[in-house]
Amino acid sequence: MLYAVLCYNSEDTVFSWSAEQDAKVMADLAKVQERWLAAGKVGPTARLMPTSAATTLRKGDPPMVIDGPFAETKEQLLGFYLVNCDDLEEVLTFCKELGAVNPGGAYEVRPLHFFNNGALPADAVAAPQRESAPA
Amino acid sequence: MSSDLAWIDAAITAARPQAVGALLRYFRDLDTAEEAFQEACLRALRNWPEKGPPRDAASWLIMVGRNSALDGKRKTSRLTELPSEEAITDLEDVETPMAERLDGAHYRDDILRLMFICCHPELPATQQIALALRIVSGLTVKQIARVFLVSEAAMEQRITRAKGRIAKAEVPFEAPGAIERSERLAAVMYMVYLVFTEGYTAGFETAQARAPLCDEATRLARLLLRLFPTEPEVMGLLALVLLQHARTKARFDADGNAVLLEDQDRTLWDGQAIGEGLALIDKAMRHRKPGPYQVQAAIAALHARAETPDETDWPQIEALYGALEAMTPSPVITLNRAVATSKVKGPGEALALIEPLGPALDGYFYWHGARGAFLLQLGRNAEAREAFDRAIALANTAAEAAHIRSQIDRLAAEAKAG
Repeated sequence: MLYAVLCYNSEDTVFSWSAEQDAKVMADLAKVQERWLAAGKVGPTARLMPTSAATTLRKGDPPMVIDGPFAETKEQLLGFYLVNCDDLEEVLTFCKELGAVNPGGAYEVRPLHFFNNGALPADAVAAPQRESAPA
Repeated sequence: MSSDLAWIDAAITAARPQAVGALLRYFRDLDTAEEAFQEACLRALRNWPEKGPPRDAASWLIMVGRNSALDGKRKTSRLTELPSEEAITDLEDVETPMAERLDGAHYRDDILRLMFICCHPELPATQQIALALRIVSGLTVKQIARVFLVSEAAMEQRITRAKGRIAKAEVPFEAPGAIERSERLAAVMYMVYLVFTEGYTAGFETAQARAPLCDEATRLARLLLRLFPTEPEVMGLLALVLLQHARTKARFDADGNAVLLEDQDRTLWDGQAIGEGLALIDKAMRHRKPGPYQVQAAIAALHARAETPDETDWPQIEALYGALEAMTPSPVITLNRAVATSKVKGPGEALALIEPLGPALDGYFYWHGARGAFLLQLGRNAEAREAFDRAIALANTAAEAAHIRSQIDRLAAEAKAG
């Protein structure tokens, strides 16, 4: 079964990490993921820019473009994983392993109804900063 | 530091502006607010490793800080007995919702006020920066002294003096009106940018010590944008510091010499920071309310988007400097425009643009440096040599002098060859 693992944490805290702290957390997370990747259980993974970079389109007639994230919450959605696990127990094990090296916040596990792997070219994934240039 | 303590440290750092801002509103006295916060932090260090950090660290610190300061007052006036330590640290679950009710509405103005008191116009820029680092960011006096390369005692004295000055200035504690709020925001944005440039314009010798200033300015700009998420100029400010800071690793070579933008190894630029900066300026420009920070960020964005110097969109950069000149006229901006002009229309036009700036910029390193470079391109070598000599005499850092020296050497080599 496919699951999305949504990563929530206090953005204020995460963006107060020093560069070294940040690098260490990312390296520790990568170590945890290694085994799951090798087992073919982990798919696309993303770390989101802070919510200050977010824009929300509120549907309607006409639709409204609003600066900021959809929901103002104590913890913010900062990233996500797509995983292919046997059952909820296995996903929660994955989350516990991640949480052990990245304290604070929460993981929300959401089973998927539908997933399309899409058609992103490799270079869009490798160098997003060149592709998302302003007009 | 164990990972536990590092985590608590980050949570306290993140919560500091909101907590000290709220405590300042309660006590209307900076020293009392800071002491209350310190006390709350000590209790957090005892309490959080055991119970884990609370979900809302700022509210916890505000309530515990406020209670401990009030207890302190009661103690000194011997009115009531102190509650035990345990009773205070256990309050969090009951009191967090109350703290939220108390502070939710004030959150933005509290932080803005805290930052604004550091921007007192009578304080010289370096003192504003030192105060902001101490009061808003919570750096220790020792850390700030290291940044400014002075002794701890000297910095302590400076900060005390600056605090004395702002204590006399009466900052109103009522919620500000819309106009006042936007005036405060403008002053605070300028202060944040000062923190950044103080770190960024440092020469190689001091760059290491001052690097924390750039990180801190980025954090403060991010905080401001969280408070004012729909202000395009605040988006521009954060984009600007991110895009400039992204080039940090490429700015000096192994020997500590400054590397010109066009000679920098662009693979050393920080792609993540550039990505975020580009996203922000894109978002800001949709508002169609241009301002100086957005324009400067847009210029930085054009440099960041060029994978090689040849791909730089100089006509667009020249136009943007023109727009910036119209918003905030200054000879230094004209000088910057001239550099773009030289790429688009040639050194002759660029030289014509900066010659009239002589009276204003005669004591300015970059004016003589740019003038020398334009003259050199025009083949007027003797005049170029004179301009470079003046530039070297005015260089602020060894790196600046070395850069001019290399151009003089090139002139000399040419003269020999010719």
